[in-house]
Amino acid sequence: MGFERFGKVSFTAQTKVDKFVDLLDEGKVAGTKCKSCGKMYFPPRADCSNCLSSDMEWFEISGPGKLISFSTLMYAPTGFEDDLPYAIALADFGDVKVFGWMSKDLEEEDMEIGMEVEVVPIKLQGEKVSYEFKKA
Amino acid sequence: MQKDVAIVGVGQSSFIRGYEGSIRELAFESFKEAMEDAQVTPEEVDASIICSAPEYDKQRTPAGLMAEYLGLNPQPTFYVESVCSSSSMGLRVAYSMIKAGLHKIVLVLGFQKMSGISSAESQERMGRGADVMWESPFGTMMPAYYAMHARAHFDKYGTSEEDLAHIRVKAATYGMLNAKAVFRKPVDLEKVLTSDVISSPIKKYDCCANADGSACLVVAAGEVAQELSKKPIWVLGLGAASAPLTMSGREALTGLRCAREAAREAYEMAGVGPEDIDVAEVHDCFTIAELMAYEDLGFAEPGEGVELIRAKETYIDGEIPVNVDGGLLSKGHPIGATGGSQIRTIVLQLRGEAGDMQVKDPEIGLIHNIGGVGIYGNVTILGR
Repeated sequence: MGFERFGKVSFTAQTKVDKFVDLLDEGKVAGTKCKSCGKMYFPPRADCSNCLSSDMEWFEISGPGKLISFSTLMYAPTGFEDDLPYAIALADFGDVKVFGWMSKDLEEEDMEIGMEVEVVPIKLQGEKVSYEFKKA
Repeated sequence: MQKDVAIVGVGQSSFIRGYEGSIRELAFESFKEAMEDAQVTPEEVDASIICSAPEYDKQRTPAGLMAEYLGLNPQPTFYVESVCSSSSMGLRVAYSMIKAGLHKIVLVLGFQKMSGISSAESQERMGRGADVMWESPFGTMMPAYYAMHARAHFDKYGTSEEDLAHIRVKAATYGMLNAKAVFRKPVDLEKVLTSDVISSPIKKYDCCANADGSACLVVAAGEVAQELSKKPIWVLGLGAASAPLTMSGREALTGLRCAREAAREAYEMAGVGPEDIDVAEVHDCFTIAELMAYEDLGFAEPGEGVELIRAKETYIDGEIPVNVDGGLLSKGHPIGATGGSQIRTIVLQLRGEAGDMQVKDPEIGLIHNIGGVGIYGNVTILGR
């Protein structure tokens, strides 16, 4: 299996950055950095739009990051009904921003903009993997 | 004032839930109204631009279907898509073709039949208007993205759920007056504030009404427009911009950069500023979206948009009337038809033909139409 292992529901099976899921297996959430110009990307990408190089290396997202915003969904799109309620969020890790789930360990009243979070890999049902934000 | 390209005909179907017909018949409703309004025949249309969001219909390449059904063969036809702003983008393309001298009369037709699929399926499709590789796997949907913007705005500026509810109350006030609106019932503050949470802090009544509908514009070169119409409405300014699809690529969530960039371009081209706008249609897919539009368009400084709604300055007799046709919230949001409908509203306003919704003697109107969660921004300025 390749990149379709990423996420509860996957819409993309093939990508040049499928090492992302292997790194999740190793306990790392990683972005890519252009070896030519140094620009850092999350989500990771195979090509640099800044200098057009495709020579990239992986770097681990290290925290803590700061929560930019979040929302708890009470209704879900097809395929996520059993997970309700769940929260999505955006967090700032300095060089990059990361979009993902808030940990189910956190109640909405425990979440606030500006709070420190870390991003950690998680295992889902089957062979699937993803990541979530936990309180730092 | 620039008199190169004008809108000489407008049409709109009723926006309704569960249209009992196919997309071709839905399109015909606004087409017929626009052609009669412009007093032109299908043979006189030099080209057609068909606009919608994909994946709601089994029909691939809808331009071919529409051109045949509307009697627009053998003239060129093609499809323009920028999800919710497709038909504003269609007008931009029509303007470009006319200015380039390729055509004299170009038809822009936007349509959407959303009721063919379930609400969850619809949310899944709209959710895939985000990055399917990196964001959709988290179960995203449109209300959740705008909810993140709302919470960021609340945190930075002290905006409240009640402020947003006031925007919904305004939309309902005018939706009641619009015979073509899908939602024509009054809504009070309590009803909004006690409605079900969809994605915190966005509640049911903060969300626009999905609908089936079509809208059509007949666009003409200046000299043709002067002959055809007693009241040509001139395209004074066109702005378009884009922003990263991913939330990770955004600078901030308290406004939409694509709207600010598009507004800057449109104001510059028209040679006017926000203070010159007499009536506006903004993309209120959610209440927070209208509030951000006040600020992104320069009607208010960032963080001060709430003052406009608190003081009712965006009501029909206020400083800058906004969405006095009910907006997406009450009139409805049939994705590909939305921009065309907003443009139609402003054309009718500038002609003085808006009936119960008429703003007093407007000369310059503005349309703000956004595709996706601020991926595509289109701002159009029209004058009489």
